[in-house]
Amino acid sequence: MTDTPVTSSRTSLRAWLEAPAASTPRQARAQAAWRGWKRLLANRAALAGLIVLILLVVIAAIGPLLTPYSPMSQDLSVRLQPPSMLHPLGTDDLGRDIMTRILYGARITLMMALLVALIAGPIGLIMGATAGYLGGWFDIVAMRLVDIFLSFPSLILALAFVAALGPGIENAVIAIALSAWPPIARLARAEALTVRKSDYIAASRLQGASSTRLILRHVMPICLPSVVIRITLNMAGIILTAAGLGFLGLGAQPPSPEWGAMLASGRQFMLTNWWLAATPGAAIMLVSLAFNLLGDGLRDVLDPRDE
Amino acid sequence: MTAPSLEIVNLSVAFGSDRARVQAVDNAGFRVAPGESFGIIGESGSGKSTILRAISGLNDEYDGSVLIDGRAAPRPRNKAFFKNVQMVFQDPYSSLHPRRMIRATLMEPLEIHRFDRRDERIAQALSDVGLAPEFAYRYPHQLSGGQRQRVAVARALLLEPRIMLLDEPTSALDVSVQAGVLNLLNTLRLSRGLTYVMVSHDLRVIAHMCSRIAVMTQGRIVEELSADDLRSQNAEQDYTRELITASRVALAAE
Repeated sequence: MTDTPVTSSRTSLRAWLEAPAASTPRQARAQAAWRGWKRLLANRAALAGLIVLILLVVIAAIGPLLTPYSPMSQDLSVRLQPPSMLHPLGTDDLGRDIMTRILYGARITLMMALLVALIAGPIGLIMGATAGYLGGWFDIVAMRLVDIFLSFPSLILALAFVAALGPGIENAVIAIALSAWPPIARLARAEALTVRKSDYIAASRLQGASSTRLILRHVMPICLPSVVIRITLNMAGIILTAAGLGFLGLGAQPPSPEWGAMLASGRQFMLTNWWLAATPGAAIMLVSLAFNLLGDGLRDVLDPRDE
Repeated sequence: MTAPSLEIVNLSVAFGSDRARVQAVDNAGFRVAPGESFGIIGESGSGKSTILRAISGLNDEYDGSVLIDGRAAPRPRNKAFFKNVQMVFQDPYSSLHPRRMIRATLMEPLEIHRFDRRDERIAQALSDVGLAPEFAYRYPHQLSGGQRQRVAVARALLLEPRIMLLDEPTSALDVSVQAGVLNLLNTLRLSRGLTYVMVSHDLRVIAHMCSRIAVMTQGRIVEELSADDLRSQNAEQDYTRELITASRVALAAE
């Protein structure tokens, strides 16, 4: 685009973002994003959650550079060492450095959570928005399917899927995604139901808009904020389910440094060597908490009703 | 009378079934000539908005027929129909998508009907309704009620329709803004030769805007009269006289 503003100085960018009237589509969108960003900054808890998650992403990216050890290499001469200068978080029963394993495990946890969100989010959004907008038999079939999924606790359902698919990280992701989309679909449907009779949908219908266009461009943008909020809040549950599957030996397999699997193998040393179980447990808690805080903050940023 | 641009014949709309059945419109009929402005007036619940929704096809579960230029409107309505007939809704606070930029809202009809020179047309439509081109880059919550309703009118005009259905287009607006929007609608009708069907419960608005007026109560059109008859209180039906008197009393109270 040729209308890119001069962004050399900070003040002109700020003026551009806070101008009372936008003069290009890009500026209008940037201004809307800027207002959302300022609302997020105003919410301390959400900001804390965001910072923890950014740290997690950084750690996942550069983790190997922060430690001299390998997550797999065993050294039985230093097994079950308490935290020290050499091993800040101690070593496990096979003499592996726990901090190294936590750093590498961040990658696995983040990837699983992200993959589940990328699979379950769109499926739930499309199913829910379509069912809510179209109604009729599609709605009935889709919602009874959701009912069936919702009638099992999600961990039990994920267990059943993993039992059928076989253990492993990929299958754990598929199993968790299969148990995570129904609540999202239900939420998106509820949002779609509130807007299907609205005047702006009617106005677009009167311009000849097809059902596909209405669902994709009008209903889904309305459902999207609550779906994003819900997925962020669900991330904690997804991570816990992934860790739970790892703990039960159905997710990541040893010697993979997945946090749940680490917790499981540390369990038998819990009374004598607490750091084996406590460190992955604390990591899981911290990340879950961060996602919850961020989800709460996103509600303030994305919810259109507050504007 | 010249060949009507819009004609409805024996139009009936009912909601619900059996005992809960409500006859919202009962055997209504009228003809509107090209370039004419036809008003429908009645208290709330009299079925006047239901007639508009039936004509527009938002509700195509009706008996009777809707004729455009003498031909029955297809059910469900097709793109060619929407190109000809557009509607402006009562509440401008709910008729614009809250998450979409005005530009996206105005772009939509042009995309659906594959018009060319889209940005030019949007700028033209905005200036036709008295808004600066920069309004395209705002979101609905950044506009006032009157500005929103002007955007809604611009959206309806983009397809260059010949018939406009106006569902109480000013009743949700401040009195100070109402006159501006009504005058805009009048100017547009005269300059483009548009045909209006306008629904309102406000006698003054209807008398100002329309040359012929149908009076509705309980789903039936009880009387059709000219704006002059209405002004000189030359009504034949008791109900119409009651309506006029009630409106005078309300006016006096203001």
